[in-house]
Amino acid sequence: MTAIAVSTTINGDDVEYLCQPDETLLDVLRNRLGLMGTKEGCGTGDCGACSTIMDGRVVCSCLVLGAEAQGRSIETIEGMAQGAELHPLQRKFIEHAALQCGICTPGFLIAAKALLEEKPDPTEEEIRFWLAGNLCRCTGYDKIVRAVQDAAREMRGEAA
Amino acid sequence: MRYERPETITDATALLENAPDRAFVLAGGTDLLVRMQNDDFEAELVVDIKSIAGMTEISETQDAFVVGAGVPCAALSENAALVAAWPGVVEAANLIGSTQIQGRCTMAGNLCNASPAADSVPALVAAGAQVRIAGPSGLRTAAVEDVPQSPGKTSLKKGEFIEAIELAKPGPRSGDAYLRFIPRTEMDIAVVGVGVRLVLDDAGVVTSARIALGAVGPKVLLVKEAADAVIGTGLDDAALDALATACSDAATPIDDKRGTVEFRKEVAGVLARRAARIAYTRAGGSQ
Ligand SMILES: Cc1cc2nc3c(=O)[nH]c(=O)nc-3n(C[C@H](O)[C@H](O)[C@H](O)COP(=O)(O)OP(=O)(O)OC[C@H]3O[C@@H](n4cnc5c(N)ncnc54)[C@H](O)[C@@H]3O)c2cc1C
Ligand code: FES
Ligand code: FES
Repeated sequence: MTAIAVSTTINGDDVEYLCQPDETLLDVLRNRLGLMGTKEGCGTGDCGACSTIMDGRVVCSCLVLGAEAQGRSIETIEGMAQGAELHPLQRKFIEHAALQCGICTPGFLIAAKALLEEKPDPTEEEIRFWLAGNLCRCTGYDKIVRAVQDAAREMRGEAA
Repeated sequence: MRYERPETITDATALLENAPDRAFVLAGGTDLLVRMQNDDFEAELVVDIKSIAGMTEISETQDAFVVGAGVPCAALSENAALVAAWPGVVEAANLIGSTQIQGRCTMAGNLCNASPAADSVPALVAAGAQVRIAGPSGLRTAAVEDVPQSPGKTSLKKGEFIEAIELAKPGPRSGDAYLRFIPRTEMDIAVVGVGVRLVLDDAGVVTSARIALGAVGPKVLLVKEAADAVIGTGLDDAALDALATACSDAATPIDDKRGTVEFRKEVAGVLARRAARIAYTRAGGSQ
């Protein structure tokens, strides 16, 4: 197989890489670009651990070919904190103990970020439906939902 | 495997026509990439159609909505005119998978994957949707129900692919709905799916109906007996009973741990009744 040259934007930076035609974006991020924050749970679209944002939409990077990223804009968990300053969602996940092993966490954070950008004041039901494609086998979903609600409040500028 | 990203329809059909047998169109990849993870699945050529002009757009002509074959289902609910015209179709397409899957999956891919349980398909069939098929000898159109043939098989010929799905702009007093039964509340495959489309006259009498069942046969079923049962009625209880019986009778489901034959047949009738009520109300009828 001949490698494909791809130029794309990842977390605002221009990035170029070579990948195999059948290589997933998840494998490119982790194995070629050293962006190990995006996790692999299932590899088949069921768990959401590999969630990334592509041109503004949350997608499973295990179901995207690396070659498809050509000319697109990709956001991963590595772009979420601004330098040393955590994103409110990241801070609230820590405060609410919304993680244990952490494998699902980058996926939840990326998906929740996209939700709050689209809908700053979601209901609990909307949060649960939006995150239905993110599975957590350790924490249970309540703490995660509370963390998202609390971050949403803070981001809307309301007191906790 | 070879990956190609043609920029014109002609280039895409040429690639597919001259391709080896194991050639696949890539739309959202939510079925294809899952299959590619499988060791005994091999693709020799993958043709990504999303860089072809217009493929990821929803456009409107005088009398139809044209949904490009690369439009992710999440984009359907963002189009207010489409939601107002075909709420049932949009709801059905939005039931596919999770937020992440919605960001990529397409209705054309749902149709061409040819799973009997594909959620958008009964709704599209009920809506009388047409597909625009591009091929080496030009463009042809076909009814959605003529595309799937049996699980995993479509009627598309070598070199052909779906370019867009066309939904006619409905006239007044028309409504559609889709309901499915799944054992969970989210992220599951339909045990039964029912799409209904009704048109009423000013008195609330049904003048035209299309009722389609998914997941209860090797391909989507357009049930004429069910339509006949409600045409000419005001969707009274007797008409709904006849509709439910016609749907239960038409269903030829499989028996598995997710539902017995008897259960699936019964549910086909129950859902048809409920979906018909929703479509009737959306068409402006009052019961
Ligand atoms: C976690 C998960 C949950 C899911 N849940 C559901 C669900 O609830 N309901 C449901 O119905 N489905 C579900 N699916 C299946 C899948 O998401 C849908 O069938 C989806 O609509 C497929 O669209 P796609 O664009 O991703 O197709 P792709 O994977 O790109 O293509 C699917 C097939 O169709 C062919 N194809 C695609 N586009 C065209 C075209 N324009 N012309 C000709 N051939 C074409 C491809 O070659 C391939 O064989 C789920 C999948 C996953 C991974
Ligand atoms: S690794 Fe992609 S969804 Fe599980
Ligand atoms: S914290 Fe372990 S899977 Fe969620």
